Amino acid sequence: MTVNSFSFSRFVDVTLPKVVIAPTALACLVGFYGFIGWTAWLSFTNSHMLPHYEWAGFVQYVELFGNDRWWQAMWNLGVFGSLFILICLALGLFTAVLLDQKIRAEGALRTIYLYPMALSFIVTGTAWKWILNPGLGIEKLLHDWGFTGATFDWIINPHYAIYTVVIAGVWQSTGFVMALFLAGLRGIDDSIIKAAQIDGASLPVIYTRIIIPSLRPVFLSVFMILAHIAVKSFDLVMALTGGGPGFATDLPSIFMYQHGFTRGQLGLGAASAMMMLFTAAAVVMPFLYSELMRDRRG
Amino acid sequence: MADSYRQTTQAKLARMGIYAMLFLLALWFLAPLYVMLTTSFKSLDDIRSGNLLSLPQSFSLDAWKTAWDSACTGVECGGMKSYFGNSLKMMIPAVLISTLLGSLNGYVLSMWRFKGSDAFFMALLIGTFLPFQVVILPMAQVLGMLGLENSTGRLVLVHVIYGLQFTTLFFRNYYVTVPSDLVKAARIDGAGFFLFFFKILLPISIPTIMVCLIWQTTQIWNDFLFGVVFSSGDGQPITVALNNLVNTSTGVKQYNVDMAAAIIAALPTLLVYIVGGKFFVRGLTAGAVKG
Repeated sequence: MTVNSFSFSRFVDVTLPKVVIAPTALACLVGFYGFIGWTAWLSFTNSHMLPHYEWAGFVQYVELFGNDRWWQAMWNLGVFGSLFILICLALGLFTAVLLDQKIRAEGALRTIYLYPMALSFIVTGTAWKWILNPGLGIEKLLHDWGFTGATFDWIINPHYAIYTVVIAGVWQSTGFVMALFLAGLRGIDDSIIKAAQIDGASLPVIYTRIIIPSLRPVFLSVFMILAHIAVKSFDLVMALTGGGPGFATDLPSIFMYQHGFTRGQLGLGAASAMMMLFTAAAVVMPFLYSELMRDRRG
Repeated sequence: MADSYRQTTQAKLARMGIYAMLFLLALWFLAPLYVMLTTSFKSLDDIRSGNLLSLPQSFSLDAWKTAWDSACTGVECGGMKSYFGNSLKMMIPAVLISTLLGSLNGYVLSMWRFKGSDAFFMALLIGTFLPFQVVILPMAQVLGMLGLENSTGRLVLVHVIYGLQFTTLFFRNYYVTVPSDLVKAARIDGAGFFLFFFKILLPISIPTIMVCLIWQTTQIWNDFLFGVVFSSGDGQPITVALNNLVNTSTGVKQYNVDMAAAIIAALPTLLVYIVGGKFFVRGLTAGAVKG
């Protein structure tokens, strides 16, 4: 009896937790790491419509790096990503600072600023596609207001279409950035600010010299998240421009989807997916590293 | 003290400036919603004669009716209603399963740690940064090998697998804050693994459960990538159907129907946001800052 209950409690203490975690461990091991390895393997094969697993070396990468469309997509990602991140950061911080001035209707305003985050990028893309419609959208509005010569056709203009993606992306994500900065602002120790006020520092000085520098960790995480959103961006562009006109708003994610799933270029799709992983890793690694260091210390 | 009462004209102006800017920002965020709503109630003639900001000349629900049951999404012309149902059928099980598994995982990873459990948590955490493009090709192969033809079943499986890192994170981060005395006391009292979890831990986890449910609901309902890759035909979720409706329709473009369909696709998550806003924001910040 004692032996039995002993071994039972041992089972509960040692084995049961592992049994509970097993499905997730399997999903994580296979679904993340196994599949990354699988994609990596596919990227070194000559797979087209169907996967083949014979080693073919770097052919797909050679093809990818010689592919103008890929470089256009990477360039677009750079333009979109940097503008998206910069504007979201600036506008989000600005909004958070404004909201932090003991505003009367803060709750309601926050709700308004953040609701786009609850929407699908497909919905956002659909809405902005209509708003930016060259014939009936903002252009018509400007005409009705008396600017009869005004043109606003960015969404069909190859040189400007990428900026429409920035506009829609910023609209969707700024509230989120605002929320993160606001949480950071509320976490700052009041006594430092009061001391500075007593010393006669003006509000702008307090913000630029004391408050904003102390938000450094928030800046870091917001930057990582926005960069991550940018690298993964897919649905927004699919709904807004479909990657066009031409390839003017093409992104690596669309390149990957089309080659991997609709054009029967599995190997090339896999190679582009690996490049996306490296891009995401390059952005995210420093962040993970600092998190890890903080966990160690904490 | 005297300082705080001294309201100079300059300070008053500054306050007005702040409110003015906040108001303008609110307009910028609300404008697309206003445009979507008004456009959806307009007739096509009304759309052509008016502009983005003009109100409907005559209030019409035709576009909503068309969007719901007869708009064409590619070859099919049954509106959004069946896709709305698809999204619901996929979302409900996926949200519940991933939340339950996540809470159990969080429980183990915080209170029943074993050798390697921290490393496992780290491995899971890294998964939150994956661009899913790097796993979808093999996943498509595996789903094919498994012979899983049903779109809803496929999407439930995929959403559970790739939602687990977030749900586990939410619960683990909450459970590490639960005092360890509580755990010890319960163990001495002989409360077993599951008894402790269901009787003591889950009841005090309601806020975390809400955060997790709301996060997963929004993520899964709004997903497009998995939907477009792993489902087909009449099994597609609403985001894919909406994209098909807007981007592949032929003939006269019905902007009012597009907008009504977009609002239909947005309604569930908007509702969740309005009802559970507090938890939504908490999920965003928790899910974001930590992973």
